[in-house]
Amino acid sequence: MSQPTSSGHAMPPGNHDAMHDDPMHEHQGSLRGYLTGFVLAAILTVIPFWLVMGHVIANKQVLILVILALAIVQIFVHIVYFLHLDTRSESGWNMMAFIFTAVLVIIVLGASIWVMYNENVNMMPMSPQYQQHPISHQPTANQPPQ
Amino acid sequence: MNTTAIDTAPPAPSDYYSLTEAPPRNGTLLGFWIYLMSDCFIFASLFACYAVLGTEYAGGPSGADVLDLPGLAVNTALLLVSSVVFGFAMLEMARQRKGAMLGWLAVAGLLAAAFVSLEVHEFLTMIADGAGPGRSAFLSSFFTLVATHGLHVTLGILWLIVLMVQTFKFGLNTDNVRRLRCLSMFWHFLDLVWVGVFSYVYLVGVLR
Repeated sequence: MSQPTSSGHAMPPGNHDAMHDDPMHEHQGSLRGYLTGFVLAAILTVIPFWLVMGHVIANKQVLILVILALAIVQIFVHIVYFLHLDTRSESGWNMMAFIFTAVLVIIVLGASIWVMYNENVNMMPMSPQYQQHPISHQPTANQPPQ
Repeated sequence: MNTTAIDTAPPAPSDYYSLTEAPPRNGTLLGFWIYLMSDCFIFASLFACYAVLGTEYAGGPSGADVLDLPGLAVNTALLLVSSVVFGFAMLEMARQRKGAMLGWLAVAGLLAAAFVSLEVHEFLTMIADGAGPGRSAFLSSFFTLVATHGLHVTLGILWLIVLMVQTFKFGLNTDNVRRLRCLSMFWHFLDLVWVGVFSYVYLVGVLR
């Protein structure tokens, strides 16, 4: 059983972060940090806009992958420079919650896209007239036999 | 602990419950972070929805027909600058300079309000052109995702106004500092989600 302590400073290192004792001065960041984040985010925003609006890359698949890669890099820039997420904040629980969320979000997004893509590819093709006029044909197709 | 002591005398409650141990520091900030992570799931589901339905046009307009990239560039810049300006307000708060902090907060709020009004204008233009949320699965998933983000920003502005009044009246006390830190996380988080929206929904949306 751990020894109860009255002050956070007396706790062993690693249990609680003794450096962050004052809630008034938690995660305050710095001007340099915000400006670095702003410049990086602006660059990472301008590049994909330029790529799409200037028709720089002809291959659509490559272009989409480049846009998504830049977005992921920018998301990490935001997390580090604006949200100040690091392994020390809140004794590491912020980071744990973030990693847990990131894993689940990757599963939700990746699996949904994967499953639905395969379903679309493998599904029996619909008749051409049904595809052209889905709204006018749907009610009659779904009506039960009289 | 002594096992023989249990037989003779009832143990003090503090042997079972750590009554003297302080709660985790800044528990509110951790709790709010966990709320933001749960908000991530809402957006992840809507992104997955858009990813699956984003090419189901039902004979209606495609992304390249209805999505306005110059307007999107303005919106993206507004939200990014608003996020950085909110960071400046937090720096002034750490220096206990209430007036400067309120000034930066007002700028951040006005930029976000400009973002929301541009987005509403874009939505109304699309609906007037016959590209409303009822037109196709693509447009349904588009409106749901983008409007959910816009609703978050709108509620954030409301929260900002309430906190500005609170801070103006009662000063930078511990409660208001804690609330402003939560709002700061919310504000930066919405900018982070917007990175996904403009990259995937708009820039990839006009390509496919």
